[in-house]
Amino acid sequence: MAAGLANSNQKDKSAMITSLEKPEIMTVGSSDRVVASLEGVSKNYGNIPALRSVDFRVRAGEIVALLGPNGAGKTTAVKLLLGLLQPNSGKVRVFGADPTNPEDRMRTGAMLQVGRVPETLRVREHIDLFSSYYQTPLSPEKVMAAAGLEKLGDRKFGDLSGGQRQRVLFALAICGDPDLLFLDEPTVGLDVEARRLLWDEIRRLVRRGKTVLLTTHYLQEADALADRVAVINKGEIIAEGPPAAIKAQTSGKRIRCITSLSHSALREIPGINEVKEDREAVELHTGQAEAVLRELLARDPDLAGLEVSSAGLEDAFLALTQEHNEQLSN
Amino acid sequence: MSAATVTLATTQVQRTPRHTAVIYLKEAKYEFLKYLRLRVYTLSVLSFPIMFYVLFGLVLNANQSIAGTRVSVYLIPSYGTFGIIAASLFATAAGLASDRGLGWLEVKRASPMPPFAYFAAKCFTSVVFSTIVVLSLFVLGIAFGGVRMPVATFAKLLVTLVAGSIPFSAMGLALGYFTGPNSAPPTINLIYLPMSFCSGLWVPFMFLPKIVQKIALVLPPYHVSQLALGVVGGGQHEPAITHWEVLAAFTMICLGVARIGFQRDQEKMYG
Repeated sequence: MAAGLANSNQKDKSAMITSLEKPEIMTVGSSDRVVASLEGVSKNYGNIPALRSVDFRVRAGEIVALLGPNGAGKTTAVKLLLGLLQPNSGKVRVFGADPTNPEDRMRTGAMLQVGRVPETLRVREHIDLFSSYYQTPLSPEKVMAAAGLEKLGDRKFGDLSGGQRQRVLFALAICGDPDLLFLDEPTVGLDVEARRLLWDEIRRLVRRGKTVLLTTHYLQEADALADRVAVINKGEIIAEGPPAAIKAQTSGKRIRCITSLSHSALREIPGINEVKEDREAVELHTGQAEAVLRELLARDPDLAGLEVSSAGLEDAFLALTQEHNEQLSN
Repeated sequence: MSAATVTLATTQVQRTPRHTAVIYLKEAKYEFLKYLRLRVYTLSVLSFPIMFYVLFGLVLNANQSIAGTRVSVYLIPSYGTFGIIAASLFATAAGLASDRGLGWLEVKRASPMPPFAYFAAKCFTSVVFSTIVVLSLFVLGIAFGGVRMPVATFAKLLVTLVAGSIPFSAMGLALGYFTGPNSAPPTINLIYLPMSFCSGLWVPFMFLPKIVQKIALVLPPYHVSQLALGVVGGGQHEPAITHWEVLAAFTMICLGVARIGFQRDQEKMYG
């Protein structure tokens, strides 16, 4: 990843010296280059706030994941960055300019969630049309190879399976060889293997110096792919940082054990946030693992099958959004 | 993280005119192919005018006249008008409603596609299919209906009908912004079938009840068919300019409505 960042810096420094064509924001005194940003952006739909004064930056060469439950504002944020929506307040900048000009989109590609794609056109034709919008598109063969569509060029879109259709949408996002890629829930509906292939392709793009912003509610996906995760809930970014840092924000631990204590008895133990059943055992979520363990062992001497593990991203995410929801209702 | 930021002088990335032209051509080409391969569209757009013409113009009523014009001649402008309306409305309104409602239009707007190319491609498709419908009627009329007219008349009739399809492309864009993917086709039918009847496209205008004739005056199909009939020497013989004025006004209103729909779309609810 660092290599990708260095490459894109070098490439752009020399491009800068020869031609000041492309508008950019340089941060002085830092090697990070911001390629897209929301600055104090609010967006309402009628009376409903979708985004509240959000500050968010995407830096060159990184994979950023916008992680949040449905309705949190992820898709709104992406649509603002794509220039499909105008903010009610604040500034949206992509490569230093307002993203509402279609010609500037020749540096970006987007994969959105869509219900219907023209079914009577062939895969090759879809790619040909979208490639024509860009100045330096990739060759159709490269695009189809990258999206795993090699033998499907002449197939009509309507004759494709669900996973193949997703891959065509991915192909349309990358066909213009864009520097900045927006992927809105890119692996929905894909089986495990297809998901892994797409992840590999995304990582390959970033190694070539591209930047990726993806939205997902698959926590595993954010954990696996992203250099940086921004957790968004009800229109606000409530946490931001590398996946490890987000996980660390909730010092939660998971205690799994087989115990004769009932759920209500377990809930009486101070420090336990959640009690879940997991087949023959219970899974307890707590921020004070040691104190809870002491209590557990005192109350149930026959406790067995004990496992203590760090909270994954899922638990951090749930804890963060729960806390945020509580804050909002106070 | 508040590092100082310096914004470089911005020069917009520009497309060459040639590149833009290529985009428009490809957009039009694929839009046309899309509909050409859609049997639902081609069959319904082509088959009805042809069926009606064969039945009412060639098989029945052969060698009869309507107010001095041979039936096989008179019905070409009438059913031709009917055909171009269907060709335009279904290519524009149904397609737009579907693309909007199911998110495809958003994908295109998120791309570098110049937005106007999308609408131009739809209008191009309407024009091409309108031409195909009218030419089909010409062929049938010449081959089986004894229709003999100077080439210039045929050409003028074709141009009149195809130009007359433009108001309906505009109407289709307006409709497409205010209907959903499932409601668009039935809504189109509910509007254009009665409209066509009341304009005298099936029962010739002079045989319609007086009250219907009054309604016809505000219906665009009436004006297009009158212009077309005028080319072959039939119709109510009103000055052509009044018809064109009504059609131009109608087109403007539809484009205005489409524009309102376009802006309203920006504020739709998303997740």
